[in-house]
Amino acid sequence: METDRFTGMVSEARRAGHLVIQARMGFGGLDRMRAGLRAVRDAGPFTAGTITLDSYTRCHDFTAARRTLREHPESLNGFPLIAHGVPAVRAMLEETSSSGFPVQVRHGTPRPLRVFDAMVRAGADATEGGPVSYCLPYSRVPLGQAVREWSAGCELLAAQPVPMHVETFGGCMLGQLCPPSLLVALGVLEAMFFQEHGLTGVSLSYAQQVHPGQDREALAALRRLADERLAGGDHHIVLYTFMGVFPRTVDGSRRLLAESVPLAVQGGADRLIVKTPAEAHRIPTIEENAAAIAFARSVADATDANGGPAPTSTGLYEEARALVDATLELGGSIGGCLIAAFARGILDVPFCPHPDNANRARATIDARSVLSWSDAGGMPVTAVPESGPLTARRLTELLTFNRRRFDRPEREPLGSLS
Amino acid sequence: MNGTASAPSLRVAVSGLSSDAHLWNLVFLQLLLEERGHDVSNLGNVTPDATIIGACRDRRPDLLVISSVNGHGRLDGPRLIRALRASSDLAAMPVVIGGKLGVDDRDHAEVATLLTAAGYDAVFDDAAEGGPDAALARFDDFLGALAALRRPGEGPAAHRETARPVPGPAAHAATRPDPGQVTAFPAPRLAVAAGAA
Repeated sequence: METDRFTGMVSEARRAGHLVIQARMGFGGLDRMRAGLRAVRDAGPFTAGTITLDSYTRCHDFTAARRTLREHPESLNGFPLIAHGVPAVRAMLEETSSSGFPVQVRHGTPRPLRVFDAMVRAGADATEGGPVSYCLPYSRVPLGQAVREWSAGCELLAAQPVPMHVETFGGCMLGQLCPPSLLVALGVLEAMFFQEHGLTGVSLSYAQQVHPGQDREALAALRRLADERLAGGDHHIVLYTFMGVFPRTVDGSRRLLAESVPLAVQGGADRLIVKTPAEAHRIPTIEENAAAIAFARSVADATDANGGPAPTSTGLYEEARALVDATLELGGSIGGCLIAAFARGILDVPFCPHPDNANRARATIDARSVLSWSDAGGMPVTAVPESGPLTARRLTELLTFNRRRFDRPEREPLGSLS
Repeated sequence: MNGTASAPSLRVAVSGLSSDAHLWNLVFLQLLLEERGHDVSNLGNVTPDATIIGACRDRRPDLLVISSVNGHGRLDGPRLIRALRASSDLAAMPVVIGGKLGVDDRDHAEVATLLTAAGYDAVFDDAAEGGPDAALARFDDFLGALAALRRPGEGPAAHRETARPVPGPAAHAATRPDPGQVTAFPAPRLAVAAGAA
């Protein structure tokens, strides 16, 4: 089977010794979206294009998307793919994308069939998500329904002459405060789900968390477990710059972004999706996205691939493997195993109130400054209870950990892992 | 601040709006309200109007708290409250809204007027004077006043079914300090927005 352009470009970058860098970007109007893709393409080689969809389209409210596009296109928080219609989007992609600049559509919907169909007809190179990672945090859709529609969606993609590349969003549950062993396990399980439904070009995500050493350990665990469990050898790892509460200052944001770049290079990721200093305040402009890509590129070029903080040794790989195994032991298809595992609390995303999530597990940032479990719920993981109750104040402290660490690095040293 | 054992507790429903995928604000509010000794139903994020109305009919909360972060509060908030006020059994239920209610910080007075006129009992706008801290303090005052209105014997009937309680903290309400550094209502804002994919 012919390799899709997205997988091909990432492989070529790897051979050439370069990190692929990508931003998140979606605008309402066609002209602005086209200009954004051009600006990113022209920011340098080994960048990938992104079209992020608006929240009306994500929620299948196509009427509202069409109305807002007609009346206030600038107020849409992303690109209304369905409202624009396939011919217009196809023309834009033919004009902007190429084998050296493939474009990924990022959407966030637990019911992807309709947008997948439009992406296929418009000629998108890649998409992302997953039956768990786009259901539990973002929707009230039952997990079983998400699994059914993601199964059909993957099969639709797999039936194309050149199936598009699909990236799991499992490495980013709720953006922050989810211990890495569960992120790694969910990423591997969703990638296995994609392969089970016939897809070959897949990538696995991991979102930067709070401790560089722990993030190194997590990336190593993700690479190892993916190599062990996925068929073929063509998958790759994509790192997201931190997805939680962002620093308020420009310097703090740059420090956070700057820390994610060597993490990607030294941690063995082939692709990085950046954030911008505008993140804490509003949706970034085209120029801010292009500048963030250029900044990340300059940091990547100056990074020694063999340096960086030592990975921690917290047994993260073993814990992730135990979660994967406990899920697959339930038997049947990967989708069926995922549904059963969440129903029994063997997989349990901390703090996530979706009706199909047990919501018994709890996470914290411990004295070593690493993410850890404070309550295992029904999962086969090690938890150390916190000394006091989780209060609103404590939750705020946990959520703003990186904001404080990067806005005032001299005041917030990391804990010791001795 | 409230949270003393003497104030009668309220049955409070907390919810996001239909187009808002933000979640941490709801987790935060649930913890805060439980620390104040109240009995909380968390209706979750991306909550359709019909789900909110149905839950209020079932549970008869003493207060509905709407938390909005994605900037659509001024669009989606009025639609919800009109539907609530249009049903005779919910017309008198106290309903408040707070958070980041518009897409920019300029027109907060107009937002508050709009939402109050539409039927909300109070508006706690992050963008109003004093910022999120002041909004949270005013929310706390409102909560205390509402609890004080209740007669002592009228506490929550038995323990009603709650949606997805965060375990634990309610039992420790009496020992809670004031929220001090809690920095926003319904903060903290989180970047897992609808646009976060």
